[in-house]
Amino acid sequence: MTRLFASLRIALRALMVNKMRSALTMLGIIIGVSAVIAMIAIGSGAKQRIAEQIASMGSNLLMVMSGSSTSGGFRGGAGTVPTLTVDDAKAIQTEIPAVKFVSPSITGVAQVVYGNQNWSTVINGTSPEMLEIRGWSLSSGRSFTQQENDGAAKVCILGRTVVENLFGGIDPIGQIVRIKKIPFVVVGVLFPKGQTTWGQDQDDIIFVPLTAAQKRLFGMAFPGMVRSIAVQAWGPEKVKEAEGQITELLRQRHHIQPSQENDFSVRDLTEVMSSAEQSADVMSLLLGAIASISLIVGGIGIMNIMLVSVTERTREIGIRIAVGAKGRDILLQFLIESLVLSLMGGILGIGIGMVGTLILSSFTKWPTLFSIESILLAFLFAGSVGVFFGFYPARKASLLNPIEALRYE
Amino acid sequence: MEPLIQVQELVKVYRLGEVEVHALRGVSLSIERGEFVAIMGPSGSGKSTFMNILGLLDQPTRGQYLLEGMNGEHLSRDELAEIRNQKIGFVFQGFNLLARTSALENIELPLMYARTSTLKRKEMTQQALSAVGLEGRGHHHPSQLSGGEQQRVAIARALVNQPSILLADEPTGNLDSKTSIEIMGIFQRLNGEMKITIIMITHEPDIASFAKRNILFKDGKVIEDR
Repeated sequence: MTRLFASLRIALRALMVNKMRSALTMLGIIIGVSAVIAMIAIGSGAKQRIAEQIASMGSNLLMVMSGSSTSGGFRGGAGTVPTLTVDDAKAIQTEIPAVKFVSPSITGVAQVVYGNQNWSTVINGTSPEMLEIRGWSLSSGRSFTQQENDGAAKVCILGRTVVENLFGGIDPIGQIVRIKKIPFVVVGVLFPKGQTTWGQDQDDIIFVPLTAAQKRLFGMAFPGMVRSIAVQAWGPEKVKEAEGQITELLRQRHHIQPSQENDFSVRDLTEVMSSAEQSADVMSLLLGAIASISLIVGGIGIMNIMLVSVTERTREIGIRIAVGAKGRDILLQFLIESLVLSLMGGILGIGIGMVGTLILSSFTKWPTLFSIESILLAFLFAGSVGVFFGFYPARKASLLNPIEALRYE
Repeated sequence: MEPLIQVQELVKVYRLGEVEVHALRGVSLSIERGEFVAIMGPSGSGKSTFMNILGLLDQPTRGQYLLEGMNGEHLSRDELAEIRNQKIGFVFQGFNLLARTSALENIELPLMYARTSTLKRKEMTQQALSAVGLEGRGHHHPSQLSGGEQQRVAIARALVNQPSILLADEPTGNLDSKTSIEIMGIFQRLNGEMKITIIMITHEPDIASFAKRNILFKDGKVIEDR
């Protein structure tokens, strides 16, 4: 223990003698470590934001869209022809055990008026389960009751963007807005979710009961038709199972022959998002790898300086060997020296990396996330760079011939 | 009791590229405990090679060297380092102190490698420091000391482990004559009072006259021993 302390003192003194040189050598490690810290912080920040967005979309989510229309070879997009019905939704709910919630919905864009303000927004006619499925929560007011839902009641729940644009500072609960000139009572306001990855404002929306939308807002050709059905499975492992069973069930219900295409489509939305998450993973790995290269370059700097130091101190090494230093004493002395360089560089690099990242993210608004693991990883990596690149010069020192070393000028 | 140092037919051949240099051509002698020996001879006579072998810094090509009856021939680098640490003290012409390191820390160096405890180390270092008459100068760095004082620090370092032999390679080579005489005074006192065996290389006859025995080397052989 005392010996280790003495070696540490010898190493620190040797480094203090050449302050400028030690500082420049450390700079390589500092840059490397701070780059690693910053890159990991940015990478995991991006990953966390994507994870939050996945959560905000609702977990274990499947969207069943009604089919596309085909007329004279011209095919419309999914949902252009309503082929799904409320009964389909009920059948999914009752017949597929992997399914937790089902919520049929129809959407449309409409002009909404309150007082002298008006705003064009998405109207989503749906059942109260939709809030549960998509992970919405209410910041004030309440959801629809089942009675309101069945009775096509003229009630609505507003997203935050709609509230801001129509009401300004007024509390919207209990106020009446006109959707397509039909008065609806505001019963609830949604807690904001923010933008999706692709920049769509999720809070620019109004929920109304499905029946109200069907009967009063978007008159349907056939009663009971819906554009889409949102389905939540019981767990992530149930999503695939539910997807297959829903497809099977709906093909049966729609009397589709094996040779025919589906008149509906089932989309696994979490799959889309988790592939985004994977690409964020790859990105942060790549950024970390690039940053590690600069750390290795810093390590080569350490090796270079240690070799110079060993040559400069040949005589000192000769004296030490002559008075009884063993090979491992000399080896340890120089290894500790390079370890001190790299670990001090590591500590400074962590500090500078964190400060730099905070400054960067405050300018660019990029999300960043520090983790204890990434900091420890960078620190240990710096240490092992020191040992790895310090070993060769230290070994060279320990193998010097004392007679020649003492004669060295 | 066997002599402290016994060498028989020591031969040392260096290869310098194509050329073979015969540094020692068969040296036999023995040195008893408590002797003060001066080794003289012109440069290239093999006296430095002889000292290196005595100091276990080098191995002979042929012949036998027994230190306290023990043969160092088949020992590893680290084992030799340990014997040097325990039994041999070195004093060099150029002092060979560690720069930017205080006198006390220089003297302490062999004890560090001997893994002596901190308390014991402090005590032994102080003892060695006062043995060379440098009490109170322990915290000075070599650059703050005169040549004579630096050599005294070097002598204290050589003494600190209480070795069997003190090997001095031209210890007064870099000193003026007044300081040289002071250093020789220290050597005589160490030899007389503390019974330390001293083997010293010099090419100055008046320095050699401080020793009790003079050995003259020429062309790798002992030509005079009195």
